[in-house]
Amino acid sequence: MLSVKNLHASVEGTAILNGINLEIKPGEVHAIMGPNGSGKSTLASVLAGREEYEVTAGEVTFKGKDLLELSPEDRAREGVFLAFQYPVEIPGVSSTNFLRTAVNQVREYRGQEPLDAVKFLSLMKEKMKLVEIDQKLLSRALNEGFSGGEKKKNEIFQMAVLEPTLSILDETDSGLDIDALKVVAHGVNQLKSKDNATIVVTHYQRLLDYIVPDYVHVLFNGQIVKSGTKELALELEEKGYDWIKDEVSGTAV
Amino acid sequence: MTLSLKKDHKLLDLFLKSESVKTDLPAFSDLKAESRLVLEKAGFPVAKSEEYKYTNISKKIADTIENPNAPSPISGLEKVETQQELIQSIDGYRIIFNNGIPDFNLSDAADGLFDVDYFTDLDPSEVKEIGKIEKSEKDPFSALNSLSFTQGIKINIPEGSVIKKPLLLINYVKADENGSCIHPRVFIKAGKNSQATIIELSIYLNEETVFVNSVSEWDVAQNAHIRHYKLQDGHKHTLEVHNTGANVHRDANLTSVVMSLEAGMIRNNLSLNLNASNCEGNMYGLYLLNGKTHVDNHTNVDHTQPHCQSNELYKGILTDHSRGVFNGKIFVRQIAQKTNAFQQNNNILLSEDATVNTKPQLEIWADDVKCSHGCTTGQLDEEALFYLRARGIGKESARALLLYAFAGEVLDKISVAPFKKYCEKLVHERLGGSY
Repeated sequence: MLSVKNLHASVEGTAILNGINLEIKPGEVHAIMGPNGSGKSTLASVLAGREEYEVTAGEVTFKGKDLLELSPEDRAREGVFLAFQYPVEIPGVSSTNFLRTAVNQVREYRGQEPLDAVKFLSLMKEKMKLVEIDQKLLSRALNEGFSGGEKKKNEIFQMAVLEPTLSILDETDSGLDIDALKVVAHGVNQLKSKDNATIVVTHYQRLLDYIVPDYVHVLFNGQIVKSGTKELALELEEKGYDWIKDEVSGTAV
Repeated sequence: MTLSLKKDHKLLDLFLKSESVKTDLPAFSDLKAESRLVLEKAGFPVAKSEEYKYTNISKKIADTIENPNAPSPISGLEKVETQQELIQSIDGYRIIFNNGIPDFNLSDAADGLFDVDYFTDLDPSEVKEIGKIEKSEKDPFSALNSLSFTQGIKINIPEGSVIKKPLLLINYVKADENGSCIHPRVFIKAGKNSQATIIELSIYLNEETVFVNSVSEWDVAQNAHIRHYKLQDGHKHTLEVHNTGANVHRDANLTSVVMSLEAGMIRNNLSLNLNASNCEGNMYGLYLLNGKTHVDNHTNVDHTQPHCQSNELYKGILTDHSRGVFNGKIFVRQIAQKTNAFQQNNNILLSEDATVNTKPQLEIWADDVKCSHGCTTGQLDEEALFYLRARGIGKESARALLLYAFAGEVLDKISVAPFKKYCEKLVHERLGGSY
């Protein structure tokens, strides 16, 4: 589904990703872990198409298409979803209006009929249950005045409505208490199918107790330096990241 | 300096030669004589005049207006009028101005809820009120209007009259070979406990260069609630100056919303005198400018008594070479304790060549007050734009959605549904296209 080969990216001339290789197949959950500043969020942003990042080398194909050629909106329409680490507050734009615009533009891209108000509302209702989001929140302006937990729930809610094939959760666990974490994870698990895949970007292992990954990759200095199964995450939780750093510098010397 | 003074005199000479000034209006001879003196003494603002330093409209008029006379009355207005989509959509009382001159033959009956009189039919005691709220010495263009108007109307809303449908003041403008300067004049007296909504707009029937110089005076009596909406959507060759002044009395409320879209250059002077306790004045504005359009909003709210409130929010979105100017004066007199005065001016610039000059000017002598002001000028929020695009919303729609949300805060102040809808449509058209 997603194939990342030798991906290099920089921001304002500083190289952040230095040759990422990653293969993701339908039905898989991949966790990307790593210390602060290792390039985790950059990878998520580059995949979603954030324009301040410049791809300097490498290629990314998504369902056979050159992902890097596509605008952020076309990536979303193709089925890439980025759950933001810091969802943006947008005063004056109603959550419902925003989501309906998004759904219908995605549908249009895929050659589907737009959803009318009634159908859209029933879709919203169905998905609201999934993430236990309060209807009142959705009648407000997008993310405006939402708590940290509410914002993250809203991300997963949007994900549920848009039904992406590849979801990238960028530190979705940051700032969540354990109850909110469970709700968010439950939502993600419910949306999992054999046809879609998930990338979970996280600093801590705690989220992976609830969203169990098939593979765990450790990012350091803009490269995947170690890959393994969920046990690797536990090892990292126990020992921290220093041993990885030592291992990397050891091999380098 | 010498050069601009020369130009200044040239402009005054031009207007003094006009038929409008020569027209004899005996009842108003005192006001006209006084206005003439003011103009002869002070002249029109020059580039260095503090109040007009960003808006050199005198030069613009001197450069483009050759004929200071009024255009001849437009014939066949009856027919033109039925074609106007907006006017058809609003159920209200129409008061029609034909090139600045009120015409009751085309206007709707008032259903006994209010009276409208020509200035030439007023009693001497009513005549005396004209020019007392918008004094000639306050602004040269106000003086020019007082000197030049040949007719005007007084709208009298009697005590306790609640007018549910809006009053629509519609000015049809068509400059022709006879002239291109018009000076509409309105005086509105809202009696105790009365309520009314007044919508004001100009409809331009051609794209000739024209100078519209209006003055409106409002006397809002105790516990009266007046809403005033003004739509400025002309063409690239309009030059407009609007002086609006209001006296607001005890427990009364005056809300003004001005929306400016298409024009050459506009200067709006709005001043509210909060003259008795517990009254409220609200001033809202939205300007969406492109091309070389220049819109200047100067507002002035004078808190002269305790326990009054004023709210002010002006927002602008500017592109191309357009320019927006905002100046907000708030005076809080020493006895005006417990005043609440809030002012905000926010701008989004969409091009490198668009300019905004904004200046809050607060003078507070009382010590137990809540006053705040703030102004921002920036670009569209890139992070918000990316967020919307990352959900599959195209760049153009995402941009329009964000800009519309920005403008919406002001549009929401309009309470007449069909008029609001019409304004929303205009804003959508502006923001959705190549704007």
